[in-house]
Amino acid sequence: MTTAEIREEIIDILENIAPDEDLGGLKDDVSFREQLSLDSMDFLDIVMELRKRWRVQVPEEDYQNLRSMTSTVTYLEPKMRDLKRA
Amino acid sequence: MSKDFLAGCRDQYDVVIIGSGLAGLTAANTLAKAGHSVLLLEHHYQLGGMATWFKRQNGHIFDISLHGFPIGMIKSCRRYWTDEIAESIVQLRNIRFDNPMFSLTTTFNRDDFTRLLIEKFQVPGERVTAFFDAARGMNFYDDQQMSTGQLFEKFFPGREDVIRLLMEPITYANGSTLEDPAISYGIVFSNFMSKGVFTFEGGTDRLVTLMKAEMLKNGVDLRIRSEVQKIHTERGKVTGVTVNGRRIGARAVISNANLKSTIFNLVGAEAFDKTFVEQAQTVRLNNSSTQVYIALKPGEIIDESCGDLLFCSTAPVFRTDLLLNRDITSRTYSFYYPRTRPGSDRCLVVSSTNANYSDWANLSEPEYEASKQDLIETTIAALEKYVPDVRIKIDHVEASTPKTFEHYTRHLYGASFGTKFEGLGVSRALPEQIKGLYHAGSVGIIMSGWLGAVNYGVIVANDVDSLLLKSSGSAPAVEAVAS
Ligand SMILES: Cc1cc2nc3c(=O)[nH]c(=O)nc-3n(C[C@H](O)[C@H](O)[C@H](O)COP(=O)(O)OP(=O)(O)OC[C@H]3O[C@@H](n4cnc5c(N)ncnc54)[C@H](O)[C@@H]3O)c2cc1C
Repeated sequence: MTTAEIREEIIDILENIAPDEDLGGLKDDVSFREQLSLDSMDFLDIVMELRKRWRVQVPEEDYQNLRSMTSTVTYLEPKMRDLKRA
Repeated sequence: MSKDFLAGCRDQYDVVIIGSGLAGLTAANTLAKAGHSVLLLEHHYQLGGMATWFKRQNGHIFDISLHGFPIGMIKSCRRYWTDEIAESIVQLRNIRFDNPMFSLTTTFNRDDFTRLLIEKFQVPGERVTAFFDAARGMNFYDDQQMSTGQLFEKFFPGREDVIRLLMEPITYANGSTLEDPAISYGIVFSNFMSKGVFTFEGGTDRLVTLMKAEMLKNGVDLRIRSEVQKIHTERGKVTGVTVNGRRIGARAVISNANLKSTIFNLVGAEAFDKTFVEQAQTVRLNNSSTQVYIALKPGEIIDESCGDLLFCSTAPVFRTDLLLNRDITSRTYSFYYPRTRPGSDRCLVVSSTNANYSDWANLSEPEYEASKQDLIETTIAALEKYVPDVRIKIDHVEASTPKTFEHYTRHLYGASFGTKFEGLGVSRALPEQIKGLYHAGSVGIIMSGWLGAVNYGVIVANDVDSLLLKSSGSAPAVEAVAS
């Protein structure tokens, strides 16, 4: 997956988690929490979805990397670059 | 011959879950949905743990722990259960307080509390805003040194009336006291304050029936009347359980039983590090409860002006330890109107008080019965202040005590809300001690109550899912790519 594809995948997961949020104007460098009303259970859901969809593991000590879109994609890139979207 | 409640059970599962409280149920459902084989074992004949109900003559149904939960439950039920469950959650709008310091009715959310604090309690607006922001901004990683009492002292020095308004409901909701860490108050209080108090339309029986159907759909193997006697470990790894005398293997075990009984009774201290055992020993249990259940004759109505929840007290001051006293001065009434179970014509009242196990445990049989009778009598007498003719309308009344809670849930000392704050760390550290062994259930006040239990079930299910993936050894991502 390219970084653009990883980003799309995250957007898709966020759309499921926060169906009432408008993700069109999401700023990649600003934290999710400042732009969306996400709580810690929502972040856990992102982690569970990544595992379910792609078998990607995000251990608890790495959760801080999921702060913003940019930091999330940077963190996931080495874990996901060899995966192929269907 | 007695019935074999384990008939047809396999000898090995990915996950065995001990206990069907809301944390156990939610973990079971989440893991089954993730594709793991799950066996759920419950010692009682009913699923739900404290989220339970019982039926009496003339079709009365009493709920035990359906007094109210925060709005977050809607989202959690939608996400981890079903839309139907989420859509059955409705608001309770009339929350009342009546004590020697003040009487008022509120929707129990931030806007209304702000109004009350400014208009009725004469607190400056900025102070109120600052307090709410401080409570809402609290999170788990914060400084845990400040106590709830210190938090109040900082914002409302000397204002016992304000403290009573802010604290009494939370003490009832989870047994927390002014000595507990401020974050355990702040998180739970803010959860409620976001939108108010909610309940489940149709009652606990309907909720648990819907959950059961969903679990069966997702393939959970559910067994009632199945008490786990032992969790087996071998060289630092969990291997399975013994239930009703039969041994069943598992790659992971989640215990929804009380944290301390899990460590000391089901596993045994010898399987853990010495320092861990010492830590676990210092974990304090939360208090227990007494309840009086009152059903009115079919068709008899209580006026809705009584409110949905009434925190009443005759104690001149508010002290959390007084709430535990056997000489009860404070009670929380839940008034259940026919709308609780649409189609029903019943009104019921459940009176709850926090209680110490020790006040009930060592009574002789006649003393125990007399004490229960006294509890019923004094409760009805106190209720007459709000429902003057209640005595002649009553069709059925009975009481439960810490012994009752102990009997049905196997919780040590009948603990109603699991353990105090330090229990959370011990609960989370279990898998570091024994690979594959987890605990999910009321701990640390935050992870307690209906919402806390559901969410903790998910948090632990996530850990277990991760472990099972790691140890399954199958080629990563192959399935994901193929699907
Ligand atoms: C009187 C009262 C009123 C309450 N009111 C509210 C309220 O209004 N709102 C709210 O949000 N919360 C309320 N609570 C708290 C809430 O009910 C609990 O926090 C929550 O239901 C606990 O869920 P749990 O998953 O931790 O486990 P529990 O519900 O405690 O369930 C544990 C289960 O494990 C089973 N078990 C234990 N040992 C074994 C064994 N060895 N083998 C097999 N099974 C075993 C038990 O039988 C039980 O079913 C109330 C609690 C009480 C007691």
